[in-house]
Amino acid sequence: MTRISRIVLAAALALAAGANARAAETGWKLERAGVDVTDRASLQSGARTFVNYCLGCHGLALMRYSALTSIGLTEEQIKDNLMFTADKVGQPIATAMSARQGKEWFGVAPPDLSVIARARGADWLYTYLRTFYRDASTPTGWNNALFPNVGMPHVLWSLQGERALRTEELMRDGKPVSDGHGGTVKVSRFETIAPGSMSAVEYDRTVRDLVAFLVWAGEPHQLARHQLGIWVLYALVILVFLTYFLYKSYWKDLH
Amino acid sequence: MANTSTTPPVRQHWAHQLLDWVDARFPLTPLWESQWGKYIAPKNMNFWYIFGSLSALVLALQIVTGIFLTMNYKPDALLAFASVEYIMREVPWGWLIRYMHSTGASAFFIVVYLHMFRGLLYGSYRKPRELTWIFGCLIFLSLMAEAFFGYQLPWGQMSFWGAQVIVNLFAAIPVIGPDLAIWIRGDYVIGDATLNRFFAFHVIAIPLVLIGLVVAHLMALHETGSNNPDGIEIKKQPKDPHTGLPLDGIYAHPYYSVKDVFGVAVFLLVFSIIMFFAPEMGGYFLEYNNFIPADPLKTPPHIAPVWYFTPYYSIQRATTTDLLYVLAAGVVVLVAFYWREIPRGLWRKLTLAVAAVLLVGFYFIEAKVWGVVLMGASVLFFFLMPWLDRAPVKSIRYKGPLYKTALAIFVVAFLVLGWLGTEAPTPAYTRLAQVGTLLYFGFFILMPWYSKADSHKPVPSRVTK
Ligand code: HEC
Ligand code: HEM
Repeated sequence: MTRISRIVLAAALALAAGANARAAETGWKLERAGVDVTDRASLQSGARTFVNYCLGCHGLALMRYSALTSIGLTEEQIKDNLMFTADKVGQPIATAMSARQGKEWFGVAPPDLSVIARARGADWLYTYLRTFYRDASTPTGWNNALFPNVGMPHVLWSLQGERALRTEELMRDGKPVSDGHGGTVKVSRFETIAPGSMSAVEYDRTVRDLVAFLVWAGEPHQLARHQLGIWVLYALVILVFLTYFLYKSYWKDLH
Repeated sequence: MANTSTTPPVRQHWAHQLLDWVDARFPLTPLWESQWGKYIAPKNMNFWYIFGSLSALVLALQIVTGIFLTMNYKPDALLAFASVEYIMREVPWGWLIRYMHSTGASAFFIVVYLHMFRGLLYGSYRKPRELTWIFGCLIFLSLMAEAFFGYQLPWGQMSFWGAQVIVNLFAAIPVIGPDLAIWIRGDYVIGDATLNRFFAFHVIAIPLVLIGLVVAHLMALHETGSNNPDGIEIKKQPKDPHTGLPLDGIYAHPYYSVKDVFGVAVFLLVFSIIMFFAPEMGGYFLEYNNFIPADPLKTPPHIAPVWYFTPYYSIQRATTTDLLYVLAAGVVVLVAFYWREIPRGLWRKLTLAVAAVLLVGFYFIEAKVWGVVLMGASVLFFFLMPWLDRAPVKSIRYKGPLYKTALAIFVVAFLVLGWLGTEAPTPAYTRLAQVGTLLYFGFFILMPWYSKADSHKPVPSRVTK
């Protein structure tokens, strides 16, 4: 490679490294979801949570129930355990709530969640579902640290329990710490008001499974894509070698 | 028959007979030989020469995958988003076709940008290859239109609001703007009518233009012959007495055929790594917000075009009233600077008239409109390259420090503008983008001066390794 090509390559790599991060509009820090879409038990548990706690308001309308067979469920299991609003596995995973009802009840229609993981990212969803807190000033009585004044109530509250958000100034040596822009640094922490049916660890696992399911649902063929990709790469590496030797053997008699 | 020949007739293979049959009716063999089979190319074409073949490969890939996408895509504001997801989920191999097409769009710009950069390195735009270069610039313009229209089709938030931003720029043009915007949209707002016409442009109108231009580009190139990293015209060299080829010439076939095949294999490897393992490419190739269906009532907080448009978008955003003052001063200084170079009479009058129109325009017309003008100019300046460069040598290998520095600054300005275009504007970023804009245009506008003032090394008579 010439010197110029090396510079170009280095610039390209530098650019790729600084990838376009998803924006969290508030300053709230995203926590790593660490989902594993190859873990079928996790995806199935997520599917159950979704059907039980989310499907009342949100659909996954771009997907059919039958697609759940590819996370290891049989049609019988799907029919018996997951289908409440549909009667054929070929039907889309739609919610029974209409957009108009949603708008009337919550001010905003709950969006379809088929590709929400691709728009928001797993970490955002994981953080969002774990940062609801009690707030008497909103119509639902709930608010969210990541998505302030969200129209959605904390539907998993019976699992996580009720919490309040306490925001205080960060103190050092008895004085508030300045943020350098004329204000002070604030820290927030959650305080349990009433415990839920799950421990914090259990709740985190439930949310992680739910998020894993949504990530999978965002692109159900992603596992097939990886598997096929490996074979294609093997084949192309061989092709690169073959064509390289072909090229060299033709060019060797030129000078 | 009266006379029987002494030698028995040679029985030709049926394939040769078929070829003879065709050649008697259509110049198939001459076409193949003039365009590739007997095309004589310099023997020192390096790494940078692969990107032309790769562009053609990607064009073919886009057309073939595009045809299959069209079989399931629905150009309807109510159905478009879901139809793309239907392709991703339900159409057999639909996800692969769609990712090939979406990765292909970005790959197209990568290979075309590198292909153009090669031109800047080795002076490929210089006489006698001006038309090849101009056809190339037209291809680049069409490619931008193709990608802009294509990006509307999935009808996500970025599709919708990107179109909204661009069409609103046209609406700012004085007098005709509002009507022009309605004419482009086919409606008072971006909507179904807009999607339908953009679909028509994307799948047939622009691809036809592109194919035609690519044919013209290649015919023009094969007429003049290829340039090379030394910028030496091999056609002017003495011929080798044995082969009859110029001393540094070799047949493109099989030599560059096999080299290109190797390049294609490497490209496919890189392409597949991205397509199979990172098709969103961290939000650059497929923007995250485009997975939210278009909603005319909800303006996204941050509207960013896809990466390949961001340098131009930055230039447009950088054009504020402040910048117009600088531009006005720039026009005056440039006219004074180049005054002695401009031929007396009509040309000088014309220069003064253009300068006067610009100065009055800067004063009376909104900065936003000038942003559109500058965005257009940033692409149009490429067309002028053959006449802006006055260096006595073509290749950067023999050019002096001025051109090397100018090119380096240009590349950095282009990349920084590109990066700024992906970020939400802040006052500091806008300043940086304004500096970038001035450097970008400076590369072109000052070229007649620095390319002439520059030193250069003697060009050897034979190509180097
Ligand atoms: C009682 C109805 C209801 C239920 C049940 C519900 N949601 Fe929501 N959800 C909403 C509403 C309403 C919004 C819109 C909030 C807004 O935009 O202010 C919303 C918004 C969201 C969003 C944000 C979408 C975006 O990017 O703007 C996510 C993610 C989400 N819900 C996930 C879930 C999950 C996961 C569940 C199941 C655990 C769930 N919701 C259950 C009503 C509900
Ligand atoms: C010449 C080069 C081409 C370029 C640069 C290009 C670019 C694009 C882009 C940027 C998109 C949106 C990306 C996405 O999928 O999210 C797109 C979508 C699409 N293109 Fe093209 N395209 C090209 C040629 C074609 C041709 C020739 C056809 C049809 C004959 C076609 C048909 C389609 C269709 C139907 C879609 C929508 C489906 C989808 O979004 O995946 N394209 N194209």
